Amino acid sequence: MAGLIILGFFLIVALAAPLLADSRGLSPVGATGGVLDPPSLDYPMGTDDLGRSVLTLTIWGSRISLMVGFFATALSMVIGAVIGIAAGYYGGWRETAMMRFTDWFLVIPFLPLAIVLASILGRSLFNIILVIGITSWPGTARLVRAQTLSVKERPYVERARALGAGDWHLITRHILPNVFPLIFANTILVVAIAILSETTLSFLGLGDPLRISWGTILEFAFNGGAASRGAWWWLLPPGVAIVLVVLAFTMCGYALDEILNPRLRRR
Amino acid sequence: MSATGEGRGDGGPVLEVRDLHVSFSGRQGLGAGLLGRSATTARAVDGVDLEVARGEIVALAGESGCGKTTLARAIMGLVKPASGEIRYAGRPLRHRDLREFRRKVQMVFQDPTGALNPRQTIYESVAEGLRIHKVSGEEDVLVSKALADAGLRPPERFFLLYPHEVSGGQRQRVVIAGALALEPEMIVADEPVSNLDASVRGEILALLLKLRDRFGLSLLIVTHDLGLAWTVADRVAVMYLGRIVEVGPAEDVLTRPLHPYTKALLQVLPEAGGDLSGRSILLGEPPDPTRIPPGCRFHPRCPEVQSGRAAELGMEERNRTEVPLLREIRPAHFVACHLA
Repeated sequence: MAGLIILGFFLIVALAAPLLADSRGLSPVGATGGVLDPPSLDYPMGTDDLGRSVLTLTIWGSRISLMVGFFATALSMVIGAVIGIAAGYYGGWRETAMMRFTDWFLVIPFLPLAIVLASILGRSLFNIILVIGITSWPGTARLVRAQTLSVKERPYVERARALGAGDWHLITRHILPNVFPLIFANTILVVAIAILSETTLSFLGLGDPLRISWGTILEFAFNGGAASRGAWWWLLPPGVAIVLVVLAFTMCGYALDEILNPRLRRR
Repeated sequence: MSATGEGRGDGGPVLEVRDLHVSFSGRQGLGAGLLGRSATTARAVDGVDLEVARGEIVALAGESGCGKTTLARAIMGLVKPASGEIRYAGRPLRHRDLREFRRKVQMVFQDPTGALNPRQTIYESVAEGLRIHKVSGEEDVLVSKALADAGLRPPERFFLLYPHEVSGGQRQRVVIAGALALEPEMIVADEPVSNLDASVRGEILALLLKLRDRFGLSLLIVTHDLGLAWTVADRVAVMYLGRIVEVGPAEDVLTRPLHPYTKALLQVLPEAGGDLSGRSILLGEPPDPTRIPPGCRFHPRCPEVQSGRAAELGMEERNRTEVPLLREIRPAHFVACHLA
């Protein structure tokens, strides 16, 4: 519940960003404040070293952070679900091949792979979504495969088969609807990871340089020496926002898991 | 060698099973493979011949693990036979005919709760076959008719209910309606009433009998319950460890059984008036399809062998070495026993 409220708050902020803060405040040219002004009435969260309002940056940053989080998760879910269902449903050598491929992705350390991919593909919003999407699906694939293995042995799948159903019918009408709740619960947990990944990559300077996300703000703050100059107001707002959003997604994910996973229900 | 029966059927057999074998191999670990150990193979169905005539009800009886459900699933093409042939309407069933076959031959399952997708309404479950086979006509009219034929009236009342909202007996009727929607010629029912309350068992069996009389359906009913076989079947086939050991008209098989295994099964059936004092409880190891005894597969547990009657007849050796084949002892009544 608390998770949903926090999430709702950030979603509204992201959607209403143009109403809450003037986007001209994002450009160094349009900056109106002084250099590293501490929080004041005009700039409730102070300004950065270019005189931009940290509040404005944080509000607009929520859009990019959440957007990357959602799209990267969607991509990861699609890959994970397709591979998981195909492997679990078809079995045999196809399953072995797909799962070894998944394991291969699973054991590659995320950060080096992401850094390599991001530097090959170049720094853009689309590429960062792609990088996070194609590095975060293996867990989902394994989960979905396990659930598919369980669902495909259920008698109603056999009944549909005996009625003459083909693979496509079985997968779309029986397997997917019964695997979907699990995919959905997992999605929410993956969003949190995707947002953190985006922050990490942006902080390392691999994000889209033209768009402000929370990770980018942190990168600017770090490079601008916010810590040594005592400008806590520069680091704290994006940092707290990230922590809250990740926490909120995780809480929702666990709550959903508890609702959808019958084995956890009576605890 | 075939087990033809007259039954109540007219015309040729709808379904013929010829020397069908189905085996399952245990998972062979890498270690065992490297050590040259072979995987254990369970011969669940081990050379079965069976026929079902048009309009005939055949009960396939046997204890748990005898392969009767595997035989039913193999007939439906749900497990791949190792060898043998299934003929439908006189023609061997090939893989590409399977879809059409599954329109003509429907299956009813043991557990109606599991056999219905909990996320689909009853309407969707019944309409599923119609959609798969792209049957022409008004879908809701066909679904209504199928539900009504299966005894769910008024059918419209059930359209939007989910399986968990109706009783177990009604769920089995929904499964039957789903089969009837395709106007099949035959239904293979795997333990259709064993998961139901005793009070609704009779209703479902009566429904199956009525369907045979109304539509001329052939039925193959898999059951562990000889009493049930007695009630509904024209012919009974008794299966032991993957083979049919006795087959014949229900009345004849159940009142004058020829195989010691059938006799033993009947003696533990209270309705059959089994003489409790002299009844022979089966001794020995429970059957294991991974280790089928040579010769007559029943000989390690056979009361006739244990009592020494087989030895008196000089059959002990033959029992251990020669597989008994089905022989017609009485008209249309076949038995696979050296002693019969």
